[in-house]
Amino acid sequence: MVGFLIKFLKTKRNSSRFRLPGFGLATGVTLTYLSVLVLIPLAVMVLTSATVTRHELVAILTNPRVVSAFRVTVSTSIVAALINCVFGTLVAWVHARYTYPGKRVMDALIDLPFALPTAVTGIALTALFAQSGWLGRFLIPLGVSLNYSWWGITIALVFVGMPFVIRTVEPVLDDFDKELEEAARTLGATPLQTFLRVIFPLLIPAVLTGTTLAFARCLGEYGSVVFISGNMPLKTEIVPLLIITKLEQYDYLGATVIASSMLLLSFVLLLVVNGIQWLHRRRLGMEP
Amino acid sequence: MASSASIGDGTVIRRILIAITVLFLSVFLVLPILVVIVSAFQQGMHTYWAAISEPEALDALRLTLIAAGVAVVSNTLFGLSAAWMITNYSFRGKNLLITLIDLPFTVSPVISGLIFVLLFGGRSVVGRWLIDHGIHIIFATPGIILATCFVTFPFVARELIPLMQSQGNQEEEAAYMLGANGWQIFWRVTVPKIKWGILYGVVLAAGRAVGEFGAVSVVSGHIRGMTNTLPLHIEILYNEYQFSAAFAVATLLLVFALVTLVLKRYLEYRIDRKSEAL
Repeated sequence: MVGFLIKFLKTKRNSSRFRLPGFGLATGVTLTYLSVLVLIPLAVMVLTSATVTRHELVAILTNPRVVSAFRVTVSTSIVAALINCVFGTLVAWVHARYTYPGKRVMDALIDLPFALPTAVTGIALTALFAQSGWLGRFLIPLGVSLNYSWWGITIALVFVGMPFVIRTVEPVLDDFDKELEEAARTLGATPLQTFLRVIFPLLIPAVLTGTTLAFARCLGEYGSVVFISGNMPLKTEIVPLLIITKLEQYDYLGATVIASSMLLLSFVLLLVVNGIQWLHRRRLGMEP
Repeated sequence: MASSASIGDGTVIRRILIAITVLFLSVFLVLPILVVIVSAFQQGMHTYWAAISEPEALDALRLTLIAAGVAVVSNTLFGLSAAWMITNYSFRGKNLLITLIDLPFTVSPVISGLIFVLLFGGRSVVGRWLIDHGIHIIFATPGIILATCFVTFPFVARELIPLMQSQGNQEEEAAYMLGANGWQIFWRVTVPKIKWGILYGVVLAAGRAVGEFGAVSVVSGHIRGMTNTLPLHIEILYNEYQFSAAFAVATLLLVFALVTLVLKRYLEYRIDRKSEAL
């Protein structure tokens, strides 16, 4: 099997150049490991969900609890992604242009949401917004009770998705050609006009990419949300938790169908990100 | 009119923007760190020490390190092999292969666990056969290792592929012309060129592997002392209202995360590379 694959792959041989040794070994290891760990398990899930009849599919996906979970997951993810879009761009701007005491430490900490285990994030945020918590003791008297609410989930997702926008926008601002904005200013544009008409249009692809990546990450997030959300069915139950609940009830088919729908959604988002980057490269003339 | 003409350089605007940034980052990044540390020591040093030295915590630590160790080693070997294949040869479907390698990043952690339950659980043909022969994968250590391998699958490969592509393979070809064999080229030419890149991928993968929660939660079965990793142990303690103990164990993972960030920074400086979104 692998031998056949290697022969097939090799057909696009660049005959003018010699080859380094190791093609067979590298191909064998790569394709075997990829298939066993990723492709076969994912294929089994997709095939399992394909055994569902249309009637069952409709019954599973229109169940009020499932509909509610999708509504909660998608709405909190959209709002969290938008909050990150605004604040992420702002942080990227400040970090690319200005300095302030402690900036280097803050900049390193921006990757914390990638590094901190989600369970730790979950209990830390819940503790912060609890009644006696550092933020909760001020917010709850004001009527802002975040724990076990829609906004609590959103706050957890803002944390989880935070690095994406900052880390995609910051490099663009660093490489930004300052002569462009100087030219705009010399030609009489106000600072606001220069920002909106010259700088922002060039940032749009990075901002969109970062926001979409954050959104995609939020959709699947589980660990940081389950502690703060309270997991009330029809209110604060998210899709990943519902999948686990279905599994624990031995409703494998239900879990699989819901998971496959989520997977489909992620693929669409992945295509959107690739599309944004392709359009951007084409606009800059890097793509035919 | 150099810098004075730059946008947002007015003192007032700059101060407002910096203030918003610092406030936002403090609430979301600094406060969670502090709250973990303070809550962990709330009931004194004694409770803290008891929480991190009880047998269940040590078992969880052991399993976490085993799963993370296996995942990092096997994904590093895979990453080297995939990067060697992709950067040194031209073949059909190369872009598809690169896309497939990134696949686990787009999959929700819960789904990453679910796929192994479907494949090896008691309901599947394969799972049934294995269980009949005494091999337990789901609700046992192998399942936890598999799920951890899956979620950290792309880290080393996606670091090495662009790095090796940008470096080119002229040196490898020169070594080949001078008579070196494949392993000699790999160990003496390629590895020295990419060693910081390998370490960078290893650090990111280890950070994620140690902290993985959703995927491991699905395959673990929550058997105390048997299939608990540190993040799962935290969840159990928290749900039993042992808050100080939960935060005490969380400090172990927090320290690991902060060390990961410092190493990541250092390696970015070594390979002269900007931080970017995963």
